[in-house]
Amino acid sequence: MNKEKKSLIQSIADGNVLYTIIAIVVGFIVGAVLLAIIGISPIAAYGKLFTGALSKPKYIAWSVVYATPLILTGLSVAFSFKTGVFNIGAEGQFVVGTLAASVVGVCVTLPPVLHAVCCALAAMAAGGLWGAVVGLLKVKKGINEVLSYIMFNWIAYYLSNYMVNLPFLENEGNVEATKNILSSASIVCPEWITSLTGCSYTNWGILVAIVVAVIIWVIINKTTLGYQLRSVGFNKNAAEYGGINSNAAFLKAMAISGALSGLGGMVQLCGMSYRISQFAGQEGYGFQGITVALIGSSNPIGCIFAGLFYGIMKYGGTKLTLINAPSEVIDIIMGVIVLFIAVSHVFKVLLTNRKGGKKK
Amino acid sequence: MSVFITDLGLVINAMLLATPPLLFAGLGSCFSERSGVVNIGIEGMMTVGAFTGSVVALYLGNGWLAFLCAGLAAALVAVIHAVACITFGADQTISGTAINFLAPGLAIFICRAMFDNSSDTPPIDTSAKLPKLFEGIFPVGSFGYNVFCTYAAAYLCFILVAVAWFVFYKTRFGMRLRAVGEHPKACDTLGINVHRVRYICVILSGFLAGLGGAYITLATVNQFRPTLIVGQGFIAIAAVIFGKFTPQGTLKGCLIFGLCNGIKTLLSSNSSVTVSPNLISMIPYVVTILALIFFVGKSSVPAASGKPYVKEK
Repeated sequence: MNKEKKSLIQSIADGNVLYTIIAIVVGFIVGAVLLAIIGISPIAAYGKLFTGALSKPKYIAWSVVYATPLILTGLSVAFSFKTGVFNIGAEGQFVVGTLAASVVGVCVTLPPVLHAVCCALAAMAAGGLWGAVVGLLKVKKGINEVLSYIMFNWIAYYLSNYMVNLPFLENEGNVEATKNILSSASIVCPEWITSLTGCSYTNWGILVAIVVAVIIWVIINKTTLGYQLRSVGFNKNAAEYGGINSNAAFLKAMAISGALSGLGGMVQLCGMSYRISQFAGQEGYGFQGITVALIGSSNPIGCIFAGLFYGIMKYGGTKLTLINAPSEVIDIIMGVIVLFIAVSHVFKVLLTNRKGGKKK
Repeated sequence: MSVFITDLGLVINAMLLATPPLLFAGLGSCFSERSGVVNIGIEGMMTVGAFTGSVVALYLGNGWLAFLCAGLAAALVAVIHAVACITFGADQTISGTAINFLAPGLAIFICRAMFDNSSDTPPIDTSAKLPKLFEGIFPVGSFGYNVFCTYAAAYLCFILVAVAWFVFYKTRFGMRLRAVGEHPKACDTLGINVHRVRYICVILSGFLAGLGGAYITLATVNQFRPTLIVGQGFIAIAAVIFGKFTPQGTLKGCLIFGLCNGIKTLLSSNSSVTVSPNLISMIPYVVTILALIFFVGKSSVPAASGKPYVKEK
């Protein structure tokens, strides 16, 4: 027991958590400096941010609704990291997931629950396919996945804008959006729960996200598949020498990762937005998922907390307009955090060198 | 026939409006990629350039000065990417992703602070925009007017392709930058400062991306809006891949992708044709994937691209 406790503290000290916390602090400091420069009190702004996101049960419920799709895209990116693939295509997989869920949600009539399940399956299939195609290009043609992921993000973006305007999906009253999904496909909680939380979009998605996170943790840490994927991620050549088919591993990892992002799209559609609007710019759920995965140190359970953190920031950020502070400060803080996590290995080396020096 | 020529003129006109931003950014990306640093932050750097350009033009009223400042501002953002990737050996894709959060966020943040919480800048006077060349020589609306009477910076970007080609293949620096992207270790043993070459290339890529962004606010439209830069940076990267990472190939890619835009403009003015503009917008990305499958071999990609170089002690 004692040993375990020590190892936990040790892992915080040695591992990524400490550097992540440093990165978050630096992010907030940079944000504070910028706010101060434009004449807004950082204390007032951050105060508004956090009270706006957490001070009432209703606000907390909203933050959770904002966090749910990000936990799933975060899991998607984290899962790909384990196999040494950087799923920068989560954005596109999210979009095609939303699209597939919307088609099933609008055009198919099924009883409640079953309908939502079908939407989720369709979204996962679409996202998984989107990821697997990039995987095929990597495995069969040796094409760098980062390049094709980026291209597929934009293909998905325009595919969505195209489909939104197709007659069978298009909303007659509102030409720039799809019809709402049927109420049977909604995953919003029954009224007694939404009236309890005060947030009319409280949905089951968060439970789905937590269950999925646990499943992913089990897959990565307790199954043969997870072992294979991690081995390929550590050292592809060694894994192949050990009899693991690295191509198959890449394909599986990229398809599963895509399916997770697709599921994120379904949760966002069936839990909150109900329809897809014509995009004016990328919505960023996938890119925010990259941040979530990095803050969560690509640990599935860490992604839950990182996703909640991002959800709080995103929902709290919408409150900043009330005090005339630009909500873009959230993007800046998140960008700085990602940048610092990206260079954290340097600080690790610096800190350990210093420790070593002292001992001598 | 005359309808055809007028239409062709309109297509070329729209193509010439869409191509320069891609070409400036694409040439930048070319420098960065060939030196071995992947820069997907181009999109964010373009946004910073677009914003800076519009603000400087608004306050100082000089289009060319605004254009230059836009380049410099984006180059500053590129310095962040360079420090993270070259000095600190960060993952280049992650750093680029961070830049794409940070840079547009910063641009809109400052915009809101300056213009009463609005995310758009006020429109710029025509006199503060970049000048058009050959105005008054051709009658308005004629083929010649549509093709030749375009912004001076558009001519500049085509000249820059030739300059970039010369630098790449005819100068010592060009040889070094290509070598550094292929085999940094060998360069290091020959006494080439790998980090310095890469720094110059990444900062240059930011500068050029900034020019590309500013072209949009100072020529194509006349104000900054958050949805102004939507994918141009990534199309530029696509054009570089399509052009096998060479300046002349990038030109080819940018012209084809600019042409897509020209066709889109023509179709939107012609109600009898019902091809969705969204499908045409998809073409550059689909073409790039096909190009990667069929004719951009592994050998075209700089060998050390994406890998930080750590000097051995």
